[in-house]
Amino acid sequence: MLASNRHVPTKKQINWVKAFVFMLCLVPLMRLFWLGFQDNLSANPIELIERSTGFWALFILLATLSLTPIRLVTGRAWQLQLRRMLGLFMFFYACIHLVIYVWLDFSFDWNAICKDIVKHPRILVGFAAFILALPLALTSTNSMMRRLRERWRQLHQLVYLLAVLAIVHFWWLVKKDIREPLFYALVLCVLLGLRIHYHFSKTTKPTGKPNGISKF
Amino acid sequence: MIIQTKSDILPSEITPKTVFDNRREFLQKAGFGILAGSTALLSNQLAAAVASTKSLDNESKLIASGQSNALKFASRQKITGYAKTPYGADEKLTAYDDITTYNNYYEFGTDKSEPAINSKLFKPHPWTVSIEGEVKKAKTISIEDIYKLAPLEERIYRMRCVEGWSMVIPWIGLPLAKLIKWAEPNANAKYIEFVTLADKQQMPGQNLQLLDWPYTEGLRMDEAMNPLTIMAVGLYGEQLPNQNGAPMRLVVPWKYGFKGAKAIVKIRFVEKMPITAWMKAGPSEYGFYANVNPQVEHPRWTQSSEKRIGAGLFAGRIKTQMFNGYTEQVGQMYAGLDLRKNF
Repeated sequence: MLASNRHVPTKKQINWVKAFVFMLCLVPLMRLFWLGFQDNLSANPIELIERSTGFWALFILLATLSLTPIRLVTGRAWQLQLRRMLGLFMFFYACIHLVIYVWLDFSFDWNAICKDIVKHPRILVGFAAFILALPLALTSTNSMMRRLRERWRQLHQLVYLLAVLAIVHFWWLVKKDIREPLFYALVLCVLLGLRIHYHFSKTTKPTGKPNGISKF
Repeated sequence: MIIQTKSDILPSEITPKTVFDNRREFLQKAGFGILAGSTALLSNQLAAAVASTKSLDNESKLIASGQSNALKFASRQKITGYAKTPYGADEKLTAYDDITTYNNYYEFGTDKSEPAINSKLFKPHPWTVSIEGEVKKAKTISIEDIYKLAPLEERIYRMRCVEGWSMVIPWIGLPLAKLIKWAEPNANAKYIEFVTLADKQQMPGQNLQLLDWPYTEGLRMDEAMNPLTIMAVGLYGEQLPNQNGAPMRLVVPWKYGFKGAKAIVKIRFVEKMPITAWMKAGPSEYGFYANVNPQVEHPRWTQSSEKRIGAGLFAGRIKTQMFNGYTEQVGQMYAGLDLRKNF
């Protein structure tokens, strides 16, 4: 009912938005390079890079998860076309995060890394989140969507678990000041809560629900 | 800043209340600096018998130099007449900027970059320390008198943080044993509790109940008397910067960094083992002893290796040593103690 009389962006406009969001997603990486060239990565540059990439991976993940609730609330659906790009950027920052950990933090000392995973739940949860992200990234292509059909949708529901693990990973990092992870946990609760709310209240469900899978 | 979020804006970007409240005093100090600068230059001029008329241009330069001096004096004061010691002579010192901008000091914010900013208007002078508990007579001592209790020494110590990073810091201080001797504890004194200042005005981080303020730490009597244990009043030849615990902090190099209570106002001699601030906050993570021990893992951080601050992006980790490499000096104190239980 709401969606019908909204302005729907043209293909060209969507492409501009995509290009803009793409550049925007590269800003955190560029910032790190910039700080690096200025020799301004703090006293503990490895920690700063790890935290920064981890934070942006989580941030972009939450942005990805906000697209459907935006549709549910406003009836707009065009923003769903940003979903794959955002998801892949989340994976991109998670990859840098992991590479920095394995390379700069632990110098490929696999023995020490294994110990770190086994002994520290925080690291274990982080690894689990990354492993969950792998199949999602690998099946993000159009052909994989076509091949997997309904199973693709089921598979990609792993993203909810992934988000929970990412926040737990962050939560267990902080010693005492939990304000920041708490804030992101609340954001996630709101995003998931909206989905659940609209799922169970059929009357308010927007009509003409876009398929979301085969459309793009 | 590592991460930008809504919550981060609160402590750092809004002018702290202390800054706001103290700006008048701050301006007075700066004004005094200008005055002092002018007077000094004026007397120089007189001595040189230069004509009294000076161009406006010179006048403004003078004011500028006076101002910058005032700011410098407010933050960095040289300590003269301390003795060098052989401790840590072969270690590569961590840069001054790293030591003074990467601090765990929750009284001034939980981000490690925050203490350097939020402690700018903290007042470490005048300062008195009260001696209480199991002593012959409770008394107080000024920081100036503590400076005179014993010759100041430079001690270059490794500092290992429980979070898995380390530094090498050239502290200046006096053996805690000298202060204890002056305090005259009685036979009941088995432990010492160190109490940090509690003052929300000066320490904005205390507005958040993260720890049970004031911050407290403790040592067993023999640990406190160990020649390695010092009360630090300076680093790199200067008085302690506020973010490093001015005017006086504890340094116990074979223990994790959090044992080093900062801005100490109270030293209490007690019979029973005190419960420290971190023990209250996380009894499963932080024990009373907190000796550096690569064999006892922490639930969050790797304790078998550490990152040396300032070593560069590709330096990798170094092996953490038992008692942070001070086993020879302190190992015998823990003979027969199960260090796995007493972590």
